[in-house]
Amino acid sequence: MNEKTLDFIEPETSVKVLKVTGRKSSRKRILDMGLTPGTRVDVIKRAPLGDPVEFKLKGYNLSLRKKEAETVLVEIVK
Amino acid sequence: MTEKITIALAGNPNVGKTSIFNSITGSKQHVGNWPGVTVERKIGKKVHNDVMMEIVDLPGTYSLTAYSLDEIIARDFIIEEKPDVVVQVIDATNLERNMYLTTQLMELGVRLVIALNMTDLALAKGDNINEKKMQEFLEVPVISTIGSKGTGIEGLLDAVTEELHKTRVTENVFNYDNQIEERAEKLGVVLDSDPYFAHYPSRWFSLKLLEGDENIIKKAKESGSYPEIQKILNETDAEILEAKVADQRYKTIQTMLRQVCNINTCRLTGSDMVDRVVTNKVLGIPIFLSLMWAAFEITFTFATPFMNMIDIFFGWMAETATTVIPVPWMASLVGEGMIAGVGSVIIFLPNILLLFFMISLMEDSGYMARAAFIMDKIMSKVGLHGKSFIPLVMGFGCNVPAIMATRTIEDTRDRLITILITPFMSCGARLPVYVLLAGAFFGRDAGVVIFSLYALGILVAVVSAKLMRSTILKGEDTPFIMELPSYKIPTLRGSLIHMWERGKIYLKKAGTIILIGVVGVWLLASIPAPGSSGTFASEEIYGTTESMIGMIGQALEPLVTPLGFDWKIAVALVFGVVAKEIVVGSMGVLYGVGDNEENLSNILAAGAMTPLAALGLMVFTLLYVPCFACIGVIKRETGSWKWTLFQLAYGTTLAWVFAFVIYQVGTRMGLLA
Ligand SMILES: Nc1nc2c(ncn2[C@@H]2O[C@H](COP(=O)(O)OP(=O)(O)OP(=O)(O)O)[C@@H](O)[C@H]2O)c(=O)[nH]1
Ligand SMILES: [Mg+2]
Repeated sequence: MNEKTLDFIEPETSVKVLKVTGRKSSRKRILDMGLTPGTRVDVIKRAPLGDPVEFKLKGYNLSLRKKEAETVLVEIVK
Repeated sequence: MTEKITIALAGNPNVGKTSIFNSITGSKQHVGNWPGVTVERKIGKKVHNDVMMEIVDLPGTYSLTAYSLDEIIARDFIIEEKPDVVVQVIDATNLERNMYLTTQLMELGVRLVIALNMTDLALAKGDNINEKKMQEFLEVPVISTIGSKGTGIEGLLDAVTEELHKTRVTENVFNYDNQIEERAEKLGVVLDSDPYFAHYPSRWFSLKLLEGDENIIKKAKESGSYPEIQKILNETDAEILEAKVADQRYKTIQTMLRQVCNINTCRLTGSDMVDRVVTNKVLGIPIFLSLMWAAFEITFTFATPFMNMIDIFFGWMAETATTVIPVPWMASLVGEGMIAGVGSVIIFLPNILLLFFMISLMEDSGYMARAAFIMDKIMSKVGLHGKSFIPLVMGFGCNVPAIMATRTIEDTRDRLITILITPFMSCGARLPVYVLLAGAFFGRDAGVVIFSLYALGILVAVVSAKLMRSTILKGEDTPFIMELPSYKIPTLRGSLIHMWERGKIYLKKAGTIILIGVVGVWLLASIPAPGSSGTFASEEIYGTTESMIGMIGQALEPLVTPLGFDWKIAVALVFGVVAKEIVVGSMGVLYGVGDNEENLSNILAAGAMTPLAALGLMVFTLLYVPCFACIGVIKRETGSWKWTLFQLAYGTTLAWVFAFVIYQVGTRMGLLA
């Protein structure tokens, strides 16, 4: 399985969301922002100090701390 | 007869709601290219087609599940106050996420009109959106607009009035799978039988329960039928349901979007390209620091010639007033009181204008959100959030809107800490004090001194945050989930308007509070102290220890003597609580600039205090009690006198200790002598 958490994905990689775990309040917020299962997410870059990370999904840019990214299970798409 | 209706402008953050509000009502509410500019509801009026419309501009929200105070304000207005029509402003370049809110508004059964905004950007990007088809699919009017230019506003208002007179048929455009629909139906039966829920559409409420909206669950818990509701909810794993509801909403949106538009998914936009450089791994931090430094430099250097002109003008005014007015005390009031006092404050208008111009460039370009992105790591080290960084930057302009801006911070403890440390961000009103004193005492090094004061403010804020985080306001890290808006080229017009709006506030303040303050100081400086033999406003007692103010000042003097301040400074600081510019204004009055050839800075440098005391005074001004307006907003936003008083006591203690150390240690070591 190439299932990984989103915080492990290198910049300039595209992934597909499998599942969002984590605490309830952040989980729901992450889903509301569009990280629903099946969504394609492009990892754009890490902030200059390494955290947070910038993503592109559904045509807009979102940033999450690694701690939040950790709760998103993804698989890499070619 | 005209009808009266209420229209809410709702939508995701940063989609142009306020721009549209301004276009409709002709007002000049604050617009900026970052999520969370509007944090309270703003009301405006407009008559259209004989309908009296009350337009309510709301803070942005991604969903009807609210997390932060600004979102709660938006949600509560829509749900509880039931506006006649909700206009959802949608960013046409970002349809999918924007329409997530649309699904919920439709489930709520509000009369909905969609303003498809930023159509200029969508067009430029090469997207092709068929509004007609979208309108057919959703069964609500869809009107194209360009909020920043005011295009499409008439059509939007027409659609609103038309929608008002339609009889509504609520059809469920958005359907879910059997499992969810079944549960929703079951829940609906329970809700319909309990009058407690009569205020809310039952399908919407059921779906909210299923998606696990904590606020809605809390509401349900207060009802008698909660055991039944709970039974239905417990039939399935909540986590699965919650993901499913969100997922299926997005699926329906995707299905619709495939039919109504053709979106150019070319991956790299111009904005992405800019961003590659600006938040680059290597360049990001240097660029950030250079921008801050440039903003600072421009604020000061560009202002100097204008300040000299204003200075000359007020000098001439004061001189003319004193020679023209025959009655001596009146001449003194006008010349030494009003003109010298107000003039010493207005001279800083160029600084203030430039300062706000620079902040507005940061806001409109989209860099503000990037600054939060870059600084988040550092903020997290002191237990705060990147989002706390935005209020702090705004604090350089004025602490009052900055403290309001904390409403976007989800966690209440994070928000409280941010409110408590924002007053340490050196606002525009403190600038006059620095420019005056640094100019008088540090000559060529004035720039460095002022920059260090800003830095000190940041340092105190950061260390205080860390302290509070690890003692009285402990708590877990809160999730950092922030949208990064695309860059936009700021318009000169927009920035000038913003600058002028702030300039007007400053001038108004100079003409009201500050004028009253300096006249008060003049009066107290002119009234003989009890027991003094001098007469009112006579030269022998004016501004001396024989006057009322001298008496008050001397009573306070022991408190500030260890800091190297004299009684005049003590008085100036007390009056400065009204508005910090008054520190300078009352010094202008007390050191008698009006009929003097020399200006205030020369008088000060000639021996009113030592350079060390001047440095201490600047630091004191930075840290002590913020102004009345700021105290008021701290009280309102924290909702607690306890925290407000804490801030005042904490800041003033720090101010005293810092000034004490600077003066005493500095003098002992013979620094700056
Ligand atoms: N190009 C373009 N820019 C727009 C349009 N409408 C608004 N803007 C810009 O978009 C940014 C956001 O506008 P606002 O009106 O502050 O958005 P808002 O929805 O009130 O934002 P919040 O109060 O933060 O929720 C600003 O920089 C506006 O100048 C538009 O139709 N076209
Ligand atoms: Mg707004």
